Amino acid sequence: MITYSFLQHYWWFLISLLGGILAFLLFVQGGQTLLFSLSKTEDEKRLLVNALGRKWEFTFTTLVTFGGAFFASFPLFYSTSFGGAYWVWMLILFCFIIQAVSYEFQSKPGNVYGAKTYRSFLFINGLLGTFLIGAAIATFFTGSDFVVNKANITQQLAPVISSWGNEWHGLDALFTVRNWTLGIAVFFLSRSLALLFFVNRLNNEVLEARSRKFLWYNAIPFVVFFLIFVIWTLLSEGFAVDPTTGVVSMEKYKYFSNFIEMPIVLVLFLLGVVSVLAGVIGTWITPKFKGGIWFAGIGTVVTVCSLLLTAGYNNTAYYPATPSLQSSLTIYNSSSSFFTLNAMSIVSLFIPVVLVYITIAWRAMEKKRIDIEDVNGDDHAY
Amino acid sequence: MELMDVSLLGWSRAQFALTSMYHWLFVPLTLGLGVIMSIMETLYVRTGNEEWKKATKFWMTLFGVNFAIGVATGIILEFEFGTNWSNYSWFVGDIFGAPLAIEAILAFFMEATFISIMFFGWKKVGKKFHLASTWLTVLGATISALWILVANAWMQYPVGMEFNPDTVRNEMIDFWSILLSPVAINKFFHTVISGWVLGGLFVVGVSSWFLLKKREVDFALKSLKVGAIFGLISTLLVAFTGDGSAYNVTQRQPMKLAAMEGLYEGKTGAGLVAFGILNPNKKAYNDSVEPFLFKVEIPSMLSILGNRDAKSFVPGIANILDGGYQTKNGIAMSFTEKQTRGKAAIQSLADYQKTVAAKDTAAAAMHKAKLKENYAQFGYGYIDKATDMIPNVPTVFYSFHIMVMLGMYFILLFAVLLFFINGGKIEKTKWLLWVALFSIPLGYVAGELGWVVAEVGRQPWAIQDVLPLKAAISNISGYSVVITFFLFLILFSALLVAEIRIMLKQIQKGPEAH
Ligand code: HDD
Ligand code: HEM
Ligand code: HEM
Repeated sequence: MITYSFLQHYWWFLISLLGGILAFLLFVQGGQTLLFSLSKTEDEKRLLVNALGRKWEFTFTTLVTFGGAFFASFPLFYSTSFGGAYWVWMLILFCFIIQAVSYEFQSKPGNVYGAKTYRSFLFINGLLGTFLIGAAIATFFTGSDFVVNKANITQQLAPVISSWGNEWHGLDALFTVRNWTLGIAVFFLSRSLALLFFVNRLNNEVLEARSRKFLWYNAIPFVVFFLIFVIWTLLSEGFAVDPTTGVVSMEKYKYFSNFIEMPIVLVLFLLGVVSVLAGVIGTWITPKFKGGIWFAGIGTVVTVCSLLLTAGYNNTAYYPATPSLQSSLTIYNSSSSFFTLNAMSIVSLFIPVVLVYITIAWRAMEKKRIDIEDVNGDDHAY
Repeated sequence: MELMDVSLLGWSRAQFALTSMYHWLFVPLTLGLGVIMSIMETLYVRTGNEEWKKATKFWMTLFGVNFAIGVATGIILEFEFGTNWSNYSWFVGDIFGAPLAIEAILAFFMEATFISIMFFGWKKVGKKFHLASTWLTVLGATISALWILVANAWMQYPVGMEFNPDTVRNEMIDFWSILLSPVAINKFFHTVISGWVLGGLFVVGVSSWFLLKKREVDFALKSLKVGAIFGLISTLLVAFTGDGSAYNVTQRQPMKLAAMEGLYEGKTGAGLVAFGILNPNKKAYNDSVEPFLFKVEIPSMLSILGNRDAKSFVPGIANILDGGYQTKNGIAMSFTEKQTRGKAAIQSLADYQKTVAAKDTAAAAMHKAKLKENYAQFGYGYIDKATDMIPNVPTVFYSFHIMVMLGMYFILLFAVLLFFINGGKIEKTKWLLWVALFSIPLGYVAGELGWVVAEVGRQPWAIQDVLPLKAAISNISGYSVVITFFLFLILFSALLVAEIRIMLKQIQKGPEAH
């Protein structure tokens, strides 16, 4: 039997999965922050731009899909978070707007502002985009200052149901150190993934060697900041919901208990982390090994997905409101109706079809590693 | 919550209008040029003629430049529903979110996947695979248009939903009636095909420039021919579906129609204003000032087009506010009556919430029933006064008439072009080539004005009769929106300047360079 609760869990799973895929695909952004440091010559720079340029649309589209799917399945989140944490989301969007034109425009004659400007757009997108998305996702565990009151609809002069509790409108997420740790972790993760991607895709010995070397100072800070965030979160109080009354309360070691009570999620999480580490360490110790991106990439998807599952499953409020706890959003009180979730679930059956054609297309396009001859010989090269 | 910041609504509207109109500068060319370059590539694969490949690649490069900025301006629109229309996102998100999500899943990935084969796959995949990818890219773009237009059509004509007082929102009860609503279907065809018209104008105009410069004559003649045939067919279809749009508006949004036609006092056998100048001294809908300084009218035409019946009554602004005329569903209510019912509905909802909280089930059931009875007028409860119901008449009127005139003009333009192309004299007909070149901007004007008609004419509603804009917004300060408005204005304008210059440079380089 398909129950309402099943559908709510199913959609939280899809959101978590999309979040995981997005975190992996942020390697494009990470690569953009390496444009200036990893390459020394113009040819090298072009090679990097073109290797990333064939992937950027996927990250972008995944972000759009993440937003659209969140809207359709948990509209109260869409309304409360986007409308309340206005400035964080606006900043994130600005970072992505300037990215979208940069690949296409940077090498074209007549682009007015010069290649350098567009490449710095790519850099800004990589730096701020990853950090802010990380910090925004951290608020799923640390909470935000907002109030939801659905009765406001009947206030004819001020009918808005969700309000942010302070004038910072989302920038307040940056006042919490724990949010910074995840933001920084995501930033270094995306760079590490980018380096593994370069090792895998580029047919260029200099860049490959340099990427392996760079991996050190990106993977280690990633691991450190990620561990700080995870351990801190596991040891902190979490936002628990009483399944019968819907009352939200603080519970000690909530996220730790979630892992213990959902062993599958715990196992996935650990496997994910091990896989990421295997990808990174394997690339360090075996100079011939180029498949690190697969281990680290899939590991990222699984780790982030299971982390998000602990935020929403097992009677936890995934978008907690502090100090007005009872406004917190759970997968139960913020979801679409049964009918809509059901209809959307049918649509979600097309996702495998999408994955199949993406695979076919990538296979056709990625038969060999990319080198500078490829770029110079392609009349549509960026 | 404190009282709403008064400037907030205005700036939120301005920001949405700005960003959506920027998006619409790029979307129609994607839709139109996409089809044309796919046709050219099909001709290449069929005939093996390298000239067609050259032409395809030339138009494809322009497509790519335009596409990138279309994507950049699109992402902001999607998130703006949350950031600037947060109450809206909750109140109708159960219905409205679905098309946006489906669009992303079904359309955007298709575009993103196949566009990379289209651009980078010439040497990597076979001819047929490549051709299929080109068509799939365009199909993806068109499907994305479908879903967003379904969403927009639903705002004009909300169907397939029911209000749930417990969750305080509208919930979807019928997916198919939303997707297959006659407004959605018509809107999809009219809007997508209007993009094709622009594609035709663009190809014809640019090709004319090559002929005027006496460069790439063979390429230019080939493109000109494809563009003109495609453009003529599209423009005829746009006029046909435009008639469908006007019919839908008459049936479902009479106030918008009245504004489009500057019709203050309704008539049986109403005439269609073919051309007119509004009287700027008309200050109130019920003063006795003549609305027009001058007009040319086609007798009974409005009744025929709007109701498919020459003798039918078309209500004017005054009638809609005063009520009392016969409609298909009985006697029309006056604004005051709708407002009273709307306020009653809102009150019933408040009472319902109180009685539920007090666990008084009997009273709750009673308030729920009362709410249901008046729900059709719910949105009117937020409106203060009758005049708030009238959209800006001159804006809607002129936008509509200019769009229609341009539509007629495009039919003529394409027909004349084809005449000269067939006569083989087009290269020597300089004046016509110049006219074609300078008609490109007019295609953009027509499309933007179409949106102004649709969106400004819908005021004060975000969702017709259900939710007025002032109840749709987010609780943020007007200043924040002022800042983001100007950031968007500066950023998008800067990108537009770059885009135009890149396009011009690529055109100057010509197809040889590809
Ligand atoms: C090249 C562009 C173009 C051209 C030549 C026309 N239109 Fe159009 N029109 C549009 C581009 C457009 C559009 C941009 O696609 C709109 C905006 C919203 C929509 O649904 O389509 C639109 C909207 C629109 C609406 C408002 C629909 C609504 O409120 O939902 C009406 C009544 C018409 N059109 C009617 C016409 C008629 C009778 C035309 C006669 C030839 C015509 N249009 C030509
Ligand atoms: C891309 C083409 C579009 C253009 C050019 C456009 C144009 C406009 C304009 C000019 C306004 C301002 C009206 C006013 O303030 O008086 C507006 C408002 C609005 N439009 Fe559109 N629109 C487009 C597409 C859409 C679509 C597809 C949707 C919904 C799915 C939509 C939803 C809205 C909303 C929510 C507003 C609120 C603000 C308002 O009405 O003032 N628009 N649009
Ligand atoms: C206000 C409502 C709208 C929203 C929220 C919206 C959203 C978006 C988004 C997020 C993208 C980027 C997709 C990507 O990641 O590749 C996009 C692109 C696109 N949109 Fe819109 N859009 C709106 C209005 C429209 C309308 C009215 C149409 C057509 C009738 C349209 C057609 C397209 C097309 C064809 C693209 C592909 C790229 C391009 O613009 O060239 N959109 N839109």
